[in-house]
Amino acid sequence: MNEAIRMVPLEHYIWLSAILFAIGVIGVLTRRNVIIIFMSVELMLNSVNLLLTAFSSYHSDPAGQVFVFFIMAVAAAEVAVGLAIIVMIYRNIHSIDINDLNKLKG
Amino acid sequence: MSISQSLFYFLAFCSIFFAILVVSAKNPVHSVLYLILTFFSIAGQYILLNAQFLAVVHVIVYAGAIMVLFLFVLMLLNLNAESEPQKSGILKFAGVIAGGMLLVVLVASLKNADAIQPKLAPNNQIGLVASLGKELFTNFLLPFEVSSILFLIAMIGAVVLAKKESGRLDYKIED
Repeated sequence: MNEAIRMVPLEHYIWLSAILFAIGVIGVLTRRNVIIIFMSVELMLNSVNLLLTAFSSYHSDPAGQVFVFFIMAVAAAEVAVGLAIIVMIYRNIHSIDINDLNKLKG
Repeated sequence: MSISQSLFYFLAFCSIFFAILVVSAKNPVHSVLYLILTFFSIAGQYILLNAQFLAVVHVIVYAGAIMVLFLFVLMLLNLNAESEPQKSGILKFAGVIAGGMLLVVLVASLKNADAIQPKLAPNNQIGLVASLGKELFTNFLLPFEVSSILFLIAMIGAVVLAKKESGRLDYKIED
C-alpha cells in the first residue's frame, strides 16, 4: 500500500473533490426537504476533507489531516444542533419543506 | 495500471455514483442509505492515501454517529416518498445547470494551476495515530481544547432545542 500515493496524479483527487462538491451544491439547489439539503452539505464537507487529506499525504505534512479531524468535530456538532432545530420546526409547523420556513419572518 | 490505481478509480466511481443517487432519490430513507455508501467509499480513499487514523475516525463519526442521527430523525418524522416535497421541473433544471457551471469554473480554474513540489521527503507514517497525536497535542493544542467547549455547547443546545416545551400552543400555518 505504500506506493498507493503518487501513483494517482494529485489532479485526479482535485477533479474527484470538485465533482463531489458540485453534486452537493446541486442537491442544495434542487431539493426542498431540509434533511436532504443538510445531507448535501455533509457531502460538500466530505469532498473538502478528501482534498485536504490528499494534499496532506502528497506533501507529507500532518497539519492537513489535523484540519480534517477538526472539520469532522465541527460537522458532528453542527449535525446535532441542526437536526434538533429540524425536529423543533417539524413539531411546530408539521412540515420540513423549506418553502414553509419563509413564514419565520416577522 | 497497478492495483492501487484501479482501486482509486473504482472508489471514485462508487462515491460519485452514490452521491448522485443521494441527491436524486425520491425516498429520504434511501438517500440516507446511499449517503452511508458514499461515506464508506470516501473512507476507502483515506486508506489509499495512507491516512489510516482518519479512515477509522471517518467511519466511526459519519457512518456510526451522524448517519444514525439522520436515520433516527427521518424515522421520527415519518417521512416517505409520498410526503416528499418536490420542486418544479424548471427549478430543478436551473439548479443542475448552476451546479454544473460551478463544476466547470472549478475545473477551468484549477486546470492550468502549477503543481508545487513537496518540500518534505515522502513519508508514509504521517497518517498514523502516533504522528497525528503528536501534531494535535503540540501545534494544535488550543484548537483541540476549544473544540471540547464547542461540543459542550452543541450538546446543551441540542438538548434545549429538542426538548418538548410545556404549556405552549402549537403554531399552525394557515394556507
